[in-house]
Amino acid sequence: MGICFVSKYKIRQTLQITMIAHALFFYFFSVIAILSAIMVVVSRNTVHAVFFLILDFVSIGCLFIMVGAEFLGMMMLIVYVGAVAVLFLFVVMIMNVSEQKLSWLRGSKKSNHIPIGLVISFVILLELVIVVGGWKYKSSFLDTGSLNLDGGLTNTHQIGNVMYTEYIHLFQISGIILLLSMIGAIVLTYRKREGVKRQNYFNQITREREESVQLVDVNFKEGVKVDD
Amino acid sequence: MIEIGLSHYLVLGAIIFSLGMIGIFLNRKNVIVILMSIELILLAVNINLVSFSIFLQDIVGQIFTMLILTVAAAEAAIGLAIIVAYYRNKGSIRVEDINQMKG
Repeated sequence: MGICFVSKYKIRQTLQITMIAHALFFYFFSVIAILSAIMVVVSRNTVHAVFFLILDFVSIGCLFIMVGAEFLGMMMLIVYVGAVAVLFLFVVMIMNVSEQKLSWLRGSKKSNHIPIGLVISFVILLELVIVVGGWKYKSSFLDTGSLNLDGGLTNTHQIGNVMYTEYIHLFQISGIILLLSMIGAIVLTYRKREGVKRQNYFNQITREREESVQLVDVNFKEGVKVDD
Repeated sequence: MIEIGLSHYLVLGAIIFSLGMIGIFLNRKNVIVILMSIELILLAVNINLVSFSIFLQDIVGQIFTMLILTVAAAEAAIGLAIIVAYYRNKGSIRVEDINQMKG
């Protein structure tokens, strides 16, 4: 009886420690994410804004890993930090638009939509917090899971199980979206420059022997005139 | 306060969403910051989907998060291509200078 009591007490203690650790890490990552999101919006230098965007993505990725969606956390790191943010950084640095001396709040005379924008944003935040912060579990919601998480499998295994079977069309459509975006980006940024030699495949293929090679009978000690 | 539930994650998503909205409304700098604000908004949507998926024990939310990740990457690529083409033609991407359509 005594042993049973001790082990129960220990289990409760471990649970509480896990909960406190969860809370600590959640507040740590979320405070960093919110502060860096604020810095993305208000920082004057666009390169700094991109850096804070990267920090935001990394902390949200850590949050995903912590809450149990490891595959998506790693995917955030690869796709957002590795591709999207670096793309932003490249564009900002290539176009040399990083320094903008204009104060971000001043604006010009003809556009004075800043107060109404702030008010609308705060109203949206209030509405979201009121609707979403008071979320209570409904027992009916817990039952409606169409594809329940399987405790025995890893997160990546579960996603793979579902993604290539039930959601194969979604997977292929996302592939088509990526292809379209690639074609669109190439078409948008393509330009013909003057004075650059290019390969003309049609001319190259339709070239005949008669128009490129000429057979000449060369007389002894006279040679042949090459040009013209 | 100590026990982290679904509401905490949803409030975090709401805050980041609103910050993205503020970034779009208050932008006086260049269009790239608006694109970054759109990325913030998509990130907030991802937070909501993943937290619902974890707390309601349903894997589908994570699948849709993958789709949003794809769309966000495609949107960033297209948007930056448009900005590069505009900058090449006009020489400026400041928000105040973009008034061709007299909106």
